Amino acid sequence: MDKLVELSGIRKSFGGVHALQGVDFALDAGEVHALLGENGAGKSTLMRVLGGEYIPEAGTVKVGGEEPHFRAPSDAIARGIAIIHQEMALATDLTVAENIFLSEIPSVISWRDLNRRARALIDSLGFAIDPAATVADLSVAHQQVVEIAKALSRNARVMVFDEPTAVLSVQDAERLLGIIRTLRARGVGVIYISHRLDEVFRIADCITVMKDGASVATVDRSEVEIDDVIRMMVGRSLKALFGEDVARSPGAEVLRVEDLGDGGRIRGVSLSVRAGEIVGLGGLVGAGRTEFVRLVFGAERAQTGRIFIHGKEKTIRSPGDGVRAGIGLVPENRKEQGLILDFPIRVNATMARLGPLVNRLGFVRRARERAAVEDLAKRLRLKAGSLNDPASSLSGGNQQKVVLAKWFHAGGDILVFDEPTRGVDVGAKTEIYSLIKSLAAEGRAILVISSEHLELFGLCDRILVMREGEITGELGPEDYTEEKLLRLAMVSPATPETVDMN
Amino acid sequence: MGTAMTEIAQTARPSLNVSQILQRYGTIAILVALVIVAASMSDVFLTERNVINVLRQISGTSLMAVGMLFVILTRGIDLSVGSVAALGSVLSAILIQKYGAGASIAVTLLGGAACGLVSGGLIAFLKLPPFVTTLAMMTVARGLALIVSAGQPIVMGDSGAAVTAFGAGSFAGVPYPVILMTVVFLIAGTVLMFTRYGRLVKAIGSNVEAVRLSGIPVAWYTMSVYVISGVLAAAAGIVSASRTGVGSANIGVGAELDAIAAVVIGGASLMGGRGGAFNTFIGVIVLGIIANMMNLARVPGYHQQVFMGVIIIGAMLLQYASNWLRR
Repeated sequence: MDKLVELSGIRKSFGGVHALQGVDFALDAGEVHALLGENGAGKSTLMRVLGGEYIPEAGTVKVGGEEPHFRAPSDAIARGIAIIHQEMALATDLTVAENIFLSEIPSVISWRDLNRRARALIDSLGFAIDPAATVADLSVAHQQVVEIAKALSRNARVMVFDEPTAVLSVQDAERLLGIIRTLRARGVGVIYISHRLDEVFRIADCITVMKDGASVATVDRSEVEIDDVIRMMVGRSLKALFGEDVARSPGAEVLRVEDLGDGGRIRGVSLSVRAGEIVGLGGLVGAGRTEFVRLVFGAERAQTGRIFIHGKEKTIRSPGDGVRAGIGLVPENRKEQGLILDFPIRVNATMARLGPLVNRLGFVRRARERAAVEDLAKRLRLKAGSLNDPASSLSGGNQQKVVLAKWFHAGGDILVFDEPTRGVDVGAKTEIYSLIKSLAAEGRAILVISSEHLELFGLCDRILVMREGEITGELGPEDYTEEKLLRLAMVSPATPETVDMN
Repeated sequence: MGTAMTEIAQTARPSLNVSQILQRYGTIAILVALVIVAASMSDVFLTERNVINVLRQISGTSLMAVGMLFVILTRGIDLSVGSVAALGSVLSAILIQKYGAGASIAVTLLGGAACGLVSGGLIAFLKLPPFVTTLAMMTVARGLALIVSAGQPIVMGDSGAAVTAFGAGSFAGVPYPVILMTVVFLIAGTVLMFTRYGRLVKAIGSNVEAVRLSGIPVAWYTMSVYVISGVLAAAAGIVSASRTGVGSANIGVGAELDAIAAVVIGGASLMGGRGGAFNTFIGVIVLGIIANMMNLARVPGYHQQVFMGVIIIGAMLLQYASNWLRR
């Protein structure tokens, strides 16, 4: 029988870079096929070939046994191929129904008919979303549902999900996996790209691992363990993923927060972090973890509570206060909050403490600055062509190191990491974990927010779990199981609908 | 830590491609092309007298353009500069008659600073949109100028001798306003390239949130650029009064557009973060030459406006060509 999709010998290069070097990939109807690999392995490029965005230099794309020769994305859409992008491609000011039928809206619109058809589609996915609602008002999860409904309305036979759960809370991610199962039951072929291996192992029938622009292996899910897949991706095991352990012992208390709140979502959070300690903040997306650390840092004004640093009370009402108190925040969204992408690495690295590099007239001492940044780059093992290159020229992991360099240079002893490895490939993850551990070993107090449970378990000395703006409990290493963490993170008792532990 | 992992190679700069060349030297290319065209159209153009004349004419606009550059670098806009210049013109002409040149200039510049402080404060601390805020300041400052002068031109007369001497005089053949303009550009260029202030102003325009989360008091910096713009606009008003000997509430109508055009022809991005003093200087000269060319070619005034717009678009297309080529 013909495969639903069959890619063979696909080659594509950009300039001198061979992004794809003869990739083979096949998808059956009613199959969930995971595509794994580090960032830059060529997953997205391959999917863009399938989606008609890139035209391959060699190789064939077959859909249902025919060779359609895509020239543009519209050709692929016409063949029933739908790509659900991570950054959703919806017109946010239009309604749900308008978005679903955007490409086929008649010149005279029957709103009743349009809304009825939209509702039928959304119902079939097991959701209740008002078709007349404006997309901008929907949660990210619901926007994703709309995107899927849009693809279904075009009779998509192949759906590509590129990191769909990266932006979703745990419950919503569960529901999305539910949708994918529904799609599979209907005979849709699903290609699933994700960095979350636990998820992949629950949903996929089949796994293809890519590395350096080639497909390494295609295996049945039942034949392999997570560890095997990681080894295929990077050539090292799960244990090695978290980097070498550095001996460290917690010292005196550095940061103490008492009853911090913003008068709204954050309702009185207290915690304490000691020197040399890595404390995790677990919980669902939307539990208020990011909001809480932004209060500590001064990015948002706190309404209640007190902050003590080395036992002394500090008033923190702006990021400037936070920096002066010795806090550094490595924010969730590196590109929008952490870096000035168009500016040189050098400028980004010194942004938080220009004082010592500036003379009395306000002139920047270039030589001193260069020396300082070169030193930072060495300590953080930054890989860059030149420190005068823009930050945008770096890979995700190295960009994250520039953000770290900024706080190194600022010299504080409290570091807050908000999703430190988001969008960073597996190899760079290990380096960042090692760095975080060595930072702690040097006596800094470290707070880590992560939605990847494995990351919290592998990295933290203890985990505080937040739910709806409050800390609901603490886990020590002996309690590090997904189940215990989720029980604290969700409205207990956890309902079977939202937690499917199998 | 293993130094083997560190690769900060001091690699040689890769050779420039077409788009980079256009981006870096596009403004100068426009200038050179214009000079060649103008020189071939008119024998008068390259005479010393005409060149000095062009420079003198652009000296007022150029001060406003420098202020505008700082504002645009932070991703803002200042539509009030022409009106603030008018206010500066009448204020200086009135005050000089009672209090003398020094006090009059100082108070006038403070007045310009106050205008910038108000719009800048509203924009930086209350987060009002720059376009609308400075649009309001534009009518307020113009209205104030008309009130103060009662709508009449104010002749400075003998009491303004010191100021008019500045406007009409020259040093080694270079008019004082042109010297002032040069000095202001040099200072602006130095500040933008070598100081913390300049770096942060550009950084704020490029990504304000990242700068704020680095602990920089962003609002103060944002406000300050409007103050700079206000002071320089008031200075432009004084220069205008010094050249004519008359303070008028009607000068500088549409000058904000010339200032914006000069900054943009100079390759600055209205999205902030990109632009420099030297290129803005060239942008001002380009505008000056275009006007001068049309005068020399005896193009009637109304036609001049149309040509000016067309040429500005042409210059912009050349700038943007670099972006298209990059794709």
